[in-house]
Amino acid sequence: MSATDLDEALLRGLIPGVLAALVRRGADFAAAEDAVQEALLEAVRTWPDDPPRDAKGWLVTVAWRRFLDATRSEAARRRREERAEEEPEQGPAPDADDTLQLYFLCAHPSLTPSSAVALTLRAVGGLTTRQIAAAYLVPEATMAQRISRAKRTVSGTRLDRPGDVATVLRVLYLVFNEGYSGELDLAAEAIRLTRQLAASVDHPEAAGLLALMLLHHARRDSRTAPDGSLVPLAEQDRSRWDTAAIAEGVRILQAALARDRLGEFQAQAAVAALHADAQTALETDWVQIVEWYDELARLTANPVVCLNRAVAVGEADGPQAGLKALAELDPSLPRYAAAAAHLHERAGDLTTAAELYAEAAHKAPNLAERDHLTRQAARLNAAGKNGG
Amino acid sequence: MAKYLMLKHYRGAPACENDVPMDKWTPEEITAHVQYMRDFADRLEKSGEFVDGQALAPEGTWVRYDGEGRPPVTDGPFAETKDLIAGWMVIDVDSYERAVELAGELSAAPGAGGQPLHEWLELRPFLAEPPTVTE
Repeated sequence: MSATDLDEALLRGLIPGVLAALVRRGADFAAAEDAVQEALLEAVRTWPDDPPRDAKGWLVTVAWRRFLDATRSEAARRRREERAEEEPEQGPAPDADDTLQLYFLCAHPSLTPSSAVALTLRAVGGLTTRQIAAAYLVPEATMAQRISRAKRTVSGTRLDRPGDVATVLRVLYLVFNEGYSGELDLAAEAIRLTRQLAASVDHPEAAGLLALMLLHHARRDSRTAPDGSLVPLAEQDRSRWDTAAIAEGVRILQAALARDRLGEFQAQAAVAALHADAQTALETDWVQIVEWYDELARLTANPVVCLNRAVAVGEADGPQAGLKALAELDPSLPRYAAAAAHLHERAGDLTTAAELYAEAAHKAPNLAERDHLTRQAARLNAAGKNGG
Repeated sequence: MAKYLMLKHYRGAPACENDVPMDKWTPEEITAHVQYMRDFADRLEKSGEFVDGQALAPEGTWVRYDGEGRPPVTDGPFAETKDLIAGWMVIDVDSYERAVELAGELSAAPGAGGQPLHEWLELRPFLAEPPTVTE
């Protein structure tokens, strides 16, 4: 690891504590967050030549100074205009868990999902507005507005009441699952933030989400071919899976499951762990996977779970059983046609499968999936021509 | 979070309620229309939902490859082309419902008599990146 990497990893881990320290001293959240960003920029500029002895202390001092400068000029302006000055609000009790409170604030239920994602990445993650804008392919001005609106929305919220961990987990899951493949590695950032959260809260689902992320991230390199096309799970080169990440994910998951407070992320991670555990696709324990999908269906109202379950049933009990399970579901579900195509192909009905793959390609929500499904249809059509 | 394209057509969309060609409006009505579009884009930027907006000239050229070593062939514009895009706006929103709401607002831009155009806009989702978690 180079000196710059070290600085950045260290720096960004300190942000929640620094931000909370400012808020505790009486700064309002929005102004404190701006001040911390400025202190971070100064740290990046000066630390390589002049590293501080106490990094966090340095950041708090510089950020507080920046906050005071901003407040003074703002207050002076206000005095000129109104000849009045507000007393700064009292901060929360100093024993509140800084990191955790910050997560709660940035995932506050009053925020829309995209605002909560943007605010979390900036205020907890310490990413710049430009980086976040580039990661989500929107103009920087738009992202700046999204973040400042989010800050205004939560500005009246005090950092002293515990929030709902589940809302935070949903935001982190979004960062992990819906990232673009840009310069900034959002999946890695989501893992870092979830790891930090799991360390500051005693919650099996936080551990479950961390395990889920690690287990999926471990397979990332094998999910796409060099030309960018999708490689389905059964065809992935398992020697390219990150065994260290898998081992860590499994260990975290087992500890969470032992707590006997099952939740959706633990159950999803259990499915991922069963896939990760199989040396070859043929060795996959589909019977257990079906059982986990049953648990998931019990835990969530998400119909996509039932679709995945039908595919798993097709592997565990044969394609006819899978098709029977599928027939009970709403055909308008996303990826229904793709699941049906796969099951029909396994049942030997290649003509129907080819038609369904083409239909699924037409409905695909992203380009990589569309190309993959079109190729599947083409493969079966070509085989039909050669065979007949 | 999803991106949508709101397409405005010169031709090809169903006729709108307030269907008077722009050159038959008063100059003030045109100014009011242009201002509405500008304000709409500003509002989207402030709400953190604006990605891009562009207008296109009505007439274009058709171009195709004509074989190795030859210049591309150009043709058109074809007067009979049924579908003609006038411009677009790209938005980044939390839901399909929000996209529909915004397209509805844009369609209310004032036209002749200062009345809303009720213009039909085409709303098309972008193909996104594949999600990380698939099973």
